[in-house]
Parts: sequence; C-alpha cells; structure tokens
Amino acid sequence: MTSFFQSLGMSYEAAWFTATIAGILLIALPLMLAVALIIYAERKLWAAFALRRGPNVVGPFGVLQSFADGLKVFLQETIIPSASNRGLFLIAPIITFTVALMAWAVIPFADGVVLSNINVGLLYILAISSLGVYGVVIAGWASNSKYPFYSAMRAAAQMISYEVSIGFILICIVLWAGTFNVGGIVEGQRSHIFGFINAYAFNPLLFPIAIMFLISSMAETARAPFDLTEAESELVAGYQTEYSSMAFALFWLGEYANVLLMCALNAILFWGGYLPPVDWAPLYAVPGIIWFFAKILLMFFVFAWVKATVPRYRYDQLMRLGWKVFLPISLFWVFLVSGYLMFTGHFA
Amino acid sequence: MIQLVSFYIFASIVIASAAMVIFARNPVHSVLWLIVAFFNAAGLMVLIGAEFIAMLLVIVYVGAVAVLFLFVVMMLDIDFAELRAGFVKNVPLGLLLAVVLAAELVLGIGAYQAGAVALGTPEAGAATVSAAVPNIEAIGGLLYSKYVFMFETAGLILLVAMVGAIVLTHRKSHGTRGQSISSQVQRRPEDATRNVNQPVGQGIEL
Repeated sequence: MTSFFQSLGMSYEAAWFTATIAGILLIALPLMLAVALIIYAERKLWAAFALRRGPNVVGPFGVLQSFADGLKVFLQETIIPSASNRGLFLIAPIITFTVALMAWAVIPFADGVVLSNINVGLLYILAISSLGVYGVVIAGWASNSKYPFYSAMRAAAQMISYEVSIGFILICIVLWAGTFNVGGIVEGQRSHIFGFINAYAFNPLLFPIAIMFLISSMAETARAPFDLTEAESELVAGYQTEYSSMAFALFWLGEYANVLLMCALNAILFWGGYLPPVDWAPLYAVPGIIWFFAKILLMFFVFAWVKATVPRYRYDQLMRLGWKVFLPISLFWVFLVSGYLMFTGHFA
Repeated sequence: MIQLVSFYIFASIVIASAAMVIFARNPVHSVLWLIVAFFNAAGLMVLIGAEFIAMLLVIVYVGAVAVLFLFVVMMLDIDFAELRAGFVKNVPLGLLLAVVLAAELVLGIGAYQAGAVALGTPEAGAATVSAAVPNIEAIGGLLYSKYVFMFETAGLILLVAMVGAIVLTHRKSHGTRGQSISSQVQRRPEDATRNVNQPVGQGIEL
C-alpha cells in the first residue's frame, strides 16, 4: 500500500505513514462491524440451542439488533460512582478496547496481506494479550465496590494461569514451524499432512495441543465455561457491575474483539489460516481471506456451542485445570515435540 | 523523521512516568505509572531494532511481574494520614539515600566523560552478528553455542529459587477436605443411589 501512496507523489515517509493509518482503519472499522454481526449471530445460535427464536424484531431477521443495542447504550447517561477513582474508572474500558484491537496488527488475512509483518509476530500477540488483564483489574479496583474487586482478583489469577500453558503450546508450534512470524507459521502448514492437507491440527503429535489451546483460549478470554469474572450468580456482573453507557459498550466490544482474535489465532496456528483445507489447485481460486473468515466463523461456532451447552466451572476447578493438568501436559509436550523433531532431523 | 518523533515521545513518557511512580500518592497509581514506563521502554527497544528484547520486556514485566505487583498493592489498606506521619520520621534516611544516589550519578557521568575504563581487549570473535539475521536467531545462536554453560547455570539458579520458594511457603493443611476428581468421575449411579420402588403407605429404612 505504501507504493500506491508513493505513486500519488508523496515522499516515502509520508506514504508509509498514510498507508499505516489507512491499514489500521481498514482493519479496525470492519472489525467493529464484524463484532456487531457476530454478537447477533451468537444470540441466534444460543436461541437455536435453547429452541428459541432469538432477536427477530429489529430489521430483517433481527440483523440490526446489535446496532439498536449500540444506539440505546450510546444514548444512556454515563454514571460514574462518586466513591470511584474517576480517571482510572474511565481509562479501564479504553484499555480493554484498545488492547483487543492492537493484536490484529500482525494477523495475516491472506498471503502477504498483513499490517505489520514482523519477525516476532507470535511474541507480539502473546505480549498484547497479556495486557488485556489490566482493563479488568483496573476496572475492578477503580469501581471501589466489592463484587468488581472480587472479579478483578479472579481475572488476574485466571489470565496469568492460562498464559503459562498457552506459552508452552506456542513453543511447540514455533518449534515445528521454525519461525515466530505469523505468516511463516501459516506457510509452514502448506501440504503438511500426506503432502496435501494444510493444517497442523491433523498432525497426531499436535492434535492434543490444538484441543488444549482451544480450551485455554476460552479461559484466556474469560468465556463460558470459564466466565468466573462475570459469574452473575455470585458477582452480579463482575468487573462491569458499576459501568453504564459507552464505557460498558467498550467492554462489550473489546470482549468480542478478543474472542474473534482468539478464534483467528486458533485458525492460524492449527487450521492453516488463509490456506484452503487441501492443497489442491482449484481451491486456490477462492481468495485466502474467504478461507480465513470461514475458519474464524467455524471456531466461533465452537465457542458459541460451548457457551450454550457447558455449565460454569468452579474457581478451584479452574485453577486445578490450569496448573495441575494443562501446565504439566504442555510442558511434557514441548519435550515430546522437540525430541521428535530432533530424531527425525527436522532442523538439519 | 518518524523515528526521531517517536523516540522523543517514548523517551519523554518514560521519564515522566518514572517520575510519577515516585510522586504519586496512591501506591496503585505508582504501579500503573511503572507499567506505563515499562511499556514505553519497550517502545525504545523496538526503535533500536531489539524487537525480541522489547517483546520479552512486555511479556515478562508488564504481563506477569507488574500484574502481581498490582495484585498485592491493590489489597493494601491505605491510610494516607499514616503515610504522611511516617514521612517526617524517615526524612533523614531518605535525604541520606538521595545524596548517595546523586553522588553515584555524578560519579558515573564523570567517569563516562573521562573515557572508557580499560577492561582488556575483547576476545577474538566475540558476539559479531550480521544485521541481516533476525534478533531471535542471533540471540539463540549465541546462547546455545558460546554461552551455553552460563545460560544453563542461570536456568539452574532459577530452578533452585523456584523450589526454594515452594519449600518455604508450602504448608500441609489440616482439616480441609479436598476434591478428588478421579473418584468423582469413577462414581456410578449404583454406588450412590438405591431404587427401592416403595409401596404406598410404607416408610423406608435409611
């Protein structure tokens, strides 16, 4: 895109700057639209699981429901509790929302279509997703209220616990792909199985960690069955209890942008990203971005499916799963994968 | 141009937030300013081309260490009057510390101005890496070849520290009932329930 702006007669630096701004807008604005539609899709899915109709009043088939909700929230009064820490109270949702958008910078949407093709892409995603906890923790503390505070404590412990096993799972993938570059990891999956299936997940050695990563990503985004930070039967609405109007909407948008990001990560790391499922020439006629979106939607269906059907974990069970089950298994898997790659001469 | 502007933005935010860590009244605000400082220091690292170190700084310090700081500091019960009362008592010690640190700073800058200290010539072939190799590969290549023993020693020291922390804090808890997941999973309906098919009007024996 930089060369396009250069052809308009700009200097290289000005062209690069304009291209980056344009790229950010090209990712962020459709992402917001996608979040609105995905919320609608998820509500329809839950309704289908519960044999209900779901939103069906606003617009054809209720498609405009999310936009109506957004407008309603926008017109509400912003209430800031008088005992709260005003500045931090308002910054917290902004942090959640911004962090949810930042990680999309290194996601490749098609071959070479990526805002920032950096060598440490996977580490960048890990770094940014570890920032997500601050929005929740600051919101819980700044609200100066009991339930949000409990929720903040839970969120801090939960996200740190599951980041550990996510880190080990990413190491396995990086070992196999030989690069931290997200695009390089996708390319590493080209004709990976039997010379024609483009996905790490069908590798018998990587399939178990694909499942573990799916579960960990649900815990990392605090989705059901791990949504203990906003368990309504115990904590009212968790860290969001004191929030209203746009601040609440920012939490909501950020949460769903995070869920979409985790779906995209699952698709990229284990299911071949923008590559078609099978390495067969006619399938490449379909643009990579279509395959990528199809895979994201498939992962999102799994997320919605789990949320609609699985009961919530208890907090000690959540901690046990993270530290006593996932951590040892993923650590062992790093040994297993690196040993296998060593013996088969993968690094030669 | 962009590098220069971003350098000044990052650098001034690092200095300002580092100052705010000290000046903020509320400890939680201090920790948050510290996080801002870490984050912008990572930005400076990116500017000099050390993107791997920058990412590590964010993952380790911002993502883990500072969260734990915040976790602890948030639970403090802060009494501002008591904080100010302690201030007067500790002024002499604080002043002494400030003088020592300032003297060290002046000495350090003076020594730097006077020229480098002769520590001997670097051994041949020490850490020369071409700029084309990515950060991670360069660091990994050095760590696992030239400095492999030091690297593994560092790992061992960390392991000892970890085991030590667990040994020091581990207490056998008495009188609490833990959950045995495997026995719960293995439990069948026949173990826990009894179908008595009781006739109407008769009691059952429990």
